Amino acid sequence: MVKITIDGMSLEVPADITILEAARTAGINIPTLCYLKDINEIAACRICVVEVEGVDRLVPACNTKVEEGMVVLTNTNRVKENRKINLQLILSQHNSNCPTCVRNGNCTLQRLAAESNLSSDLYSKKISSKPWSKDNHLIRDESKCIKCMRCIQICDKVQKMNVWDVINTGSRTTVGVSGNRKFNETDCTLCGQCITHCPVGALRVNDDTSKVIAALTDPEITTVVQVAPAVRAAWGEHLGLTKEQATTGRMVAALRRLGFDYIFDTNFAADLTVMEEGSEFIERFTHKSEYAWPMLTSCCPGWVRFVKGNFPQYTDNLSTAKSPQQMFGAAAKSYFAEKVGIDPKKIFVVSIMPCVAKKSECKLPAHVNDNGDPDVDVVLTTREFQRMLLADKADLGSLPESEFDSPLGQSSGAGLIFGATGGVMIAALRSAYYLVTGKNPDADAFSSIGGKIGWSEAVFTIPGAGEVKVAVVSGLSNARALMEAIETGKVAYDFVEVMACPGGCAGGGGQPIHDGFEMAAQRGDILWELDKKAANRFSHENPDIQALYRDYFEKPLSEKAHHLLHTDHHTWEMPKKK
Amino acid sequence: MSRLLLRTPDQSQALIDNLYDNIERRVGATPPGVCPVDMALSFLEMCHAQTCGKCTPCRIGLGQLADLLRQVLDGEAELETLDLIRSTAAAIEESADCAIGTNAARVVLDGLKAFRDDYLSHVKNKACLGSMNEPVPCVSLCPANVDIPGYIGLIAAGRPADAVKLIRKDNPWPIACAYICEHPCEAKCRRSMMDAPMNIRGLKKYAVNNAGEVENPPCAPATGKKVAIVGGGPAGLTAAYYLTLMGHKVTVYERQKQLGGMLRYGIPSYRFPREKIDEEIRNILSVGIEVKTGVNIGKDITLKQLREQNDALYIAIGAQGDKKVGMEGEDCGNVMSAVEMLGRIGDGEMPDFKGKKVVVIGGGNVAMDVTRTSVRLGAEKVTCVYRRRQIDMTALPEEVEGALAEGAEILQLQAPVRIEADENGNAAALWVQPQIIGAVGRDFRPRPSKADLPEMRIEADIIVLAIGQSVENDGFEELNIQTKWDNIIAGEDTALPSQDGIFAGGDCVTGPATAIKAIAAGKAAAANIDSYLGYNHEITVDVDIPSPKLANKPAHGRVNLLEREANERKNDFVCIECEMTDQEARVESSRCLRCDYFGYGCFKGGRNTKW
Repeated sequence: MVKITIDGMSLEVPADITILEAARTAGINIPTLCYLKDINEIAACRICVVEVEGVDRLVPACNTKVEEGMVVLTNTNRVKENRKINLQLILSQHNSNCPTCVRNGNCTLQRLAAESNLSSDLYSKKISSKPWSKDNHLIRDESKCIKCMRCIQICDKVQKMNVWDVINTGSRTTVGVSGNRKFNETDCTLCGQCITHCPVGALRVNDDTSKVIAALTDPEITTVVQVAPAVRAAWGEHLGLTKEQATTGRMVAALRRLGFDYIFDTNFAADLTVMEEGSEFIERFTHKSEYAWPMLTSCCPGWVRFVKGNFPQYTDNLSTAKSPQQMFGAAAKSYFAEKVGIDPKKIFVVSIMPCVAKKSECKLPAHVNDNGDPDVDVVLTTREFQRMLLADKADLGSLPESEFDSPLGQSSGAGLIFGATGGVMIAALRSAYYLVTGKNPDADAFSSIGGKIGWSEAVFTIPGAGEVKVAVVSGLSNARALMEAIETGKVAYDFVEVMACPGGCAGGGGQPIHDGFEMAAQRGDILWELDKKAANRFSHENPDIQALYRDYFEKPLSEKAHHLLHTDHHTWEMPKKK
Repeated sequence: MSRLLLRTPDQSQALIDNLYDNIERRVGATPPGVCPVDMALSFLEMCHAQTCGKCTPCRIGLGQLADLLRQVLDGEAELETLDLIRSTAAAIEESADCAIGTNAARVVLDGLKAFRDDYLSHVKNKACLGSMNEPVPCVSLCPANVDIPGYIGLIAAGRPADAVKLIRKDNPWPIACAYICEHPCEAKCRRSMMDAPMNIRGLKKYAVNNAGEVENPPCAPATGKKVAIVGGGPAGLTAAYYLTLMGHKVTVYERQKQLGGMLRYGIPSYRFPREKIDEEIRNILSVGIEVKTGVNIGKDITLKQLREQNDALYIAIGAQGDKKVGMEGEDCGNVMSAVEMLGRIGDGEMPDFKGKKVVVIGGGNVAMDVTRTSVRLGAEKVTCVYRRRQIDMTALPEEVEGALAEGAEILQLQAPVRIEADENGNAAALWVQPQIIGAVGRDFRPRPSKADLPEMRIEADIIVLAIGQSVENDGFEELNIQTKWDNIIAGEDTALPSQDGIFAGGDCVTGPATAIKAIAAGKAAAANIDSYLGYNHEITVDVDIPSPKLANKPAHGRVNLLEREANERKNDFVCIECEMTDQEARVESSRCLRCDYFGYGCFKGGRNTKW
């Protein structure tokens, strides 16, 4: 511990922390822009500069360690004037078209400017631009980039994908795709973590709301929407709703207000995935020599892209089960269409997902039905959904709750926890146990591998089948470490769940953005709580699932199920490595 | 009205001079990796500011040229833009009235050729080839990439032993480099933007002489693989050291009686004391390297046999052969090569030069070593004869100055023509042809040519040729080892292109070069031989590097190492150079700007903790 003084306040703080951290523990607010704790402490923006007694120049608070006896001043006029000039310099290269920016109202630069007593630009604007293909789901807008380097750091340190890099030198230094490649030539998984960690609007997702609005407006079309598990844990953020107000029922009501004809739940499809993937696992597990091990989950499209781009020799280890969103689309345009007597060609399936990669998943060539139509027509991220709600101008807080529609609306707690890391594994084990033993396990029997951000493993015994060694990871640097360990024989598992985003879909790249805060754990907790309270916590006990098999698919892994609910991961390729 | 005014520079002129001084130092300290096209543009803009404004090509042309370069950099240029740059620059060079215009245009034209790939990348890919991947100038310029800011930080923290430990992660010769490294690391030190580069070698010398015994890291478990290394100089022993740490069984074969290569048999002890080289080699061998000295490859054992008896072979035989001028009388008695003379001295055989007139031919560091050694051997007169000017000598300026201070003479612009022999067939004199300095050649050095003056006779009892060394290629044919200009051809990975499991490095690949280059070659060879043997051992160090303390860094003079008085030192072989005091080391180490942490370093590339 060292004794320091910040703004006249005497503090005793650990010796290895920064001035910024010390100030924050004392409730002193030093503004930051490029800083991202543990990820980007490079003191690039110089907004966090402070005065330190005895040091002639200003020092950045974000990466200067405290020293015994240090006297710090964080808000002198000298400091404020310096910050203001640096902010004006950043603004001089920032395309401040705030009114039409997706980050309007949730932009750190905008907030800092608002809090800095600016009344006009100090410098002439010098906005640069770079071409970017509109076909990309992920969009980088050079004119807004403030070169904080967070995207590079997230991609390098958290995801270890190295898609972004610094390009050019001198005054033209900026961020670009690494190795002189075009974005669509990279093995980017579209996890979207660079987007959710961008402090401004330089990185965003291609907006598809207009396609949805067009479908909603077309009287000929029946719109069917599905909502991913993790969306309900985040949809109310930034909309002025309390956690108590932002219920699933109110989310359904809001969707109904937007004009969707049928509002279904991806949780239902998650239950269906459990049936198919769980059965597939038992099939593989009981015929061990016929399959490659371990079996890998396939519900996260970022992860599937990762495997195909980085460990293509493990493609056959991926479960052939489609992801819940794709199973839903396939079921909506077949079973549901038949059931309600609508021409599947007139059905428009929209997914609301916490995810960027889902936009690419629904476009894969294998994910079309026999008519050649896509199972899912459009994917909206949680953020696009929120923008539609804002434009709808409803008083969301007082909207009466509504229920999901039938027959693709009911779900179990097992389907719900797909949105948090470990959830897929737990849900699958609950039903696999039943499928083998004919008895339900304790629903909490597998909880030890849920909700842990990182890499966790466990061994569970299923009577009659034996010991099942499982592992759960989230975040692609963890995924890479796990795959390398599997490849070199350092670890061996039967079943592995991987989510590309740290914390799983709850922390997905399509979720609402809170600069400086990681929300995955908090949102995940909402899902775990909902599961605990769920009347039914087993996918195989979902009556809609039972009806679906009884009336349509017969049984898991049936021929029809294979045709509609499974995919061939070899029908498409990631860009070749250069 | 006065007819003529005597002007004295006023205060404002001094400030302007300070600006120019800053520009000069700043250009010198341009970080590696900066885009050369961008620097060419900056140069052009400076040239344009210097134009007097009279002539069209310079007043307008340089501005237009700058605009074209800017288009290239902004990704707005086409291939035709490069043609326009070329024709515009050519026109300026040809039609401008004075050097302000012609030289600026010439530099642009040269750049178009020299970094054409950079221009093309900007035009075609709209991307720069430059990058800040190696943001710490000293580390980047050190061939062995020694963690210089790290060890300076350790010295500042009063931890010289840890400093030595850290250096050994990348270079097992910290003592040798403390004494004789040519310190390329200092060339672009960011500190020179403010005052002068850090005295990196001086600080390293302080560290090695204040560290005490410093243990080596433990060796990895034995792999059972055997590696033979031919040559016990800096390259060979560096590879031996790291390969042994990696767990391989290494045997070094050395032709001489003792190890050290040119560090012992080329560098005089007044620069690198014998007890210091012995101390260094003792430490390197202490990791468990087997050594066989006095082994003549080709006679006692062949390279082919060595390759067959081992899992890999590393050839690091240096450049031990003499080069001759090819003039009449070269085979007279009392004519010797520098390699021969310094080689014998390395084993303690001191030739008797007392009262002799010694003439040394050459202008490199070896020529200076021979000159200064001759002074110490009691020669009556030592004259170094060089065909170019003193300023063109490739020897370090401090070596030349040291030799002059010790009473040696340098005869510039004299090309050796023949050696005159006495009746016994011994050298009596060197005849030289005076030269005149001429135009600058393609190597950017002015070339001498025959002056309209008669030949000159320089009386000589002993003549030493120090005009270069060559690689001795005995036994190469048997293994089909390919050479170019005598040097072995090896890839960037140090492997021989057509020979499985044979690697080569050091002077025998590069031709005579510096110790640190040979060390870097040995390090690269160790890594690649390890991979070749099927391993991926990592070399690391368990030293935590102190993060820089907050401090003011005003401009401050550099602490230079002092030398013993010339009149005293010229009589002995004791080390010339003094050492830093504790106080000096403290002051000098605190000048370091810690580029590993400040600037780009804390973002990317600030530190490699393993290789």
